[in-house]
Amino acid sequence: MSAAQTSTFAHARYVLGENPVTLIAALLFAGYAAMAVLGPAIAPYDPLASDTMRALQAPTWAHVFGTDQLGRDILSRVIVAARVDLGIALASVVLVFAAGGLAGLAAGFFGGWVDAVVGRIADTIMAFPLFVLAMGIVAALGNTIPNIVLATAIINFPLYARVARAETMTRREAGFVDAARLSGHRDGALLVLQVLPNIMPIMVVQMSLTMGYAILNAAGLSFIGLGVRPPTAEWGIMVAEGAGFIVSGEWWIALFPGATLMLAVFCFNLLGDGLRDIADPRRRT
Amino acid sequence: MRAILLRLVGAIPTLFGVVLVTFLLTRVLPGDTATYFAGPTASPESIAQIRTSLGLDRPLPEQFWRYLVDLGHGDLGMSLTTGQPVKTELVNRLPASAELTLCGLLLAIGIAVPLGVLAAVRQGSLIDHACRVVATAGVSLPVFFTGLLLVYVFYFLLGWSPAPLGRLDAFASAPKQHTGFYLVDTLWAGDFETFRAAAAQIILPAGTLALFALAPIARITRASMLAVLGSEFIRTARASGLSGPTVVLTYALRNALLPVVTVLGMVFSFLLGANVLVEKVFAWPGIGSYAIEALIASDYAPVQGFVLTMAVLYVLLNLAIDLVNRAIDPRARRGA
Repeated sequence: MSAAQTSTFAHARYVLGENPVTLIAALLFAGYAAMAVLGPAIAPYDPLASDTMRALQAPTWAHVFGTDQLGRDILSRVIVAARVDLGIALASVVLVFAAGGLAGLAAGFFGGWVDAVVGRIADTIMAFPLFVLAMGIVAALGNTIPNIVLATAIINFPLYARVARAETMTRREAGFVDAARLSGHRDGALLVLQVLPNIMPIMVVQMSLTMGYAILNAAGLSFIGLGVRPPTAEWGIMVAEGAGFIVSGEWWIALFPGATLMLAVFCFNLLGDGLRDIADPRRRT
Repeated sequence: MRAILLRLVGAIPTLFGVVLVTFLLTRVLPGDTATYFAGPTASPESIAQIRTSLGLDRPLPEQFWRYLVDLGHGDLGMSLTTGQPVKTELVNRLPASAELTLCGLLLAIGIAVPLGVLAAVRQGSLIDHACRVVATAGVSLPVFFTGLLLVYVFYFLLGWSPAPLGRLDAFASAPKQHTGFYLVDTLWAGDFETFRAAAAQIILPAGTLALFALAPIARITRASMLAVLGSEFIRTARASGLSGPTVVLTYALRNALLPVVTVLGMVFSFLLGANVLVEKVFAWPGIGSYAIEALIASDYAPVQGFVLTMAVLYVLLNLAIDLVNRAIDPRARRGA
C-alpha cells in the first residue's frame, strides 16, 4: 500500500468518525444492497400470491407490513421491489456515467466544435423540466423498463457532461498531462490514461448523488402508470395502489413502500455527501 | 435595453431545440404513427389515407415545417379520448396548474428564506442543524408519498382538510373567471365563502410542493447568506454602529438573495415535474393530470402538447428569472 493510499484511508476513517451520519448511510446502503441481491430468498411470502381471505389486513406479527387489497404480503413485496427499483436506477446511472462522462471528457479536452455540440445537447435537455421530459420520452418510446432506464439516463446527461467537462478542463493543461504529451502520448492515450483516472473520484461521487434522484424518478414514473406494470412489485406502483386506500384509513399499503423508497433516496444522498467529503475535502460543508 | 433584447433573441435557439425534440418524440412513436392514429380496427386503405392526411409520407424536414406551421396556428392536434382540441383543454386547465405551482413556490420561499437566513445568522445553532436536515431530507422526499401522508394526517386522522378531490368541494361553485386562479377570482367577486373553500383545497397540495421546493432554496439562502455575512462591507456596517437587524435585513439579505433568484430556475424544473405527481394525488384538474389520463389511454397528442407547453413555460420562466437577475444585479448586466 502506497503512502497516498494510506492517507486516503486515514482520511476516510477520519471523515466517517467525524460524521457518523455517513456511517449510518453506509450501513443502510448495505441493507438495501442485501435486499436487492437476496430479494426473493429473504421474502417471507410469495410477493405475487394473493389471498382474498386476508385482504387489507393491518400489520400483524404474521404480516409485519400488513396485506394489500389482494391479500398479498406487503413486506415481501417491498423486499422484492428493491431489485427492480435499484436495478433501474443503477442501470441508468451506469449508462449516463459512460455516455455523459465520455461526452464531457471529450468536450473539456478537445474544446471547439465537440464542446459546442455537447454543450448544445446538454442545454436542450436542460431546457425541459426534467421529469416532464422523462414522461415524454417514455410515452414516445414505449412503456417498458429499458425505456425508463434510458429516459432517466437522458435527463441526467447534462449533469454528468458538465461535471466531467469542468473537471477535465482544469486538468487539461496540468503538468502531468503536459509531461505525458511531451513523452509522446497521443490525445486518446492522454485522455484515458492521464485525465480519466483523475476525474474518476468526482464522477463516482456524482453517481452516488444521482442514484437517489434516479430512484425517485423511476418510482415517480411508475406511480403515474409508466414503466413497470402491475402486478410487478415496485415501490412507486405500490404507493399508487395504496393511494386509493389512504382516504379510508388503510395507511399501511402506501406507507411501507413509500417510506422504504424515501429512506433509499435519503441513504444515497447522505452517502453521496459523505463520499464527496472523502474525495474532495475542499467542498465540505 | 440592448442587452435585454439580445437575451430575448438568445432564447430563440433554445425554444427551437425544445420544439425540435418534441417533434422528434412524436415521430419515434412505437410502431407506425398512422396505424396508431387509425386505431386497432382500421383497414390498410384508411391507414394509408391517414398517412397522407397527416403528411407522414413526406420527407422529415417537410413534416417538421408543417409541424411548425401548425404550432404557429396554435394547433396541437386533437385528443382521441375526449374529441376536443388539445389546445383548448390545455388552456382551460393551465390556470389550475399555475395556481398550484405558484402557491407552492410562494409557500416554499416564505418558509425557506427566513429559515436560511436564521440558520446563517445563528450558525451552529439548533435552527442551523434543522436547516441542514430539511435541506437533505427535502430532496429525498417522493412528492407523491408526502402528499399521501399529508392527506392521511390532515384529512383522515384530524379531519381538518376537505377530501383531496380537486379545486373545490362539491357544494361550492366555481367563481366567475377573470384570471382562472380561484383564490384571486373569489376575492375579486367578494365571495369569501368560496375563497375559504378554495384555500382549504389548495393548502395540502401546495404544502406538498413547498416541502419539496424548500430544500434547495433553504440551502442556497444559508450558503449565500454566510458568504455575504463574512464580507467586509458587513463588517464596516457593523463597525459603523448599525443595528443587527438593519445589517442582516437591508445590507446582507438583499445581496444574498441574488443566488437565490438564480437557483429558482432549477427549483422550477423540479416544481413543474413534481406538479404532475401532486396533481395525480390530489385529483387536481390541471394539465399534469390531463397528461396522465391521456398517457393511460395511450392518447398521444395531449401528452405531446403537455410536454411542449411545460417546456415552453420553463424556457420563458428561465428567461424571466434572467431578466429579474439583470434588473437587480448590475454585475449581471455588465457581464453580458
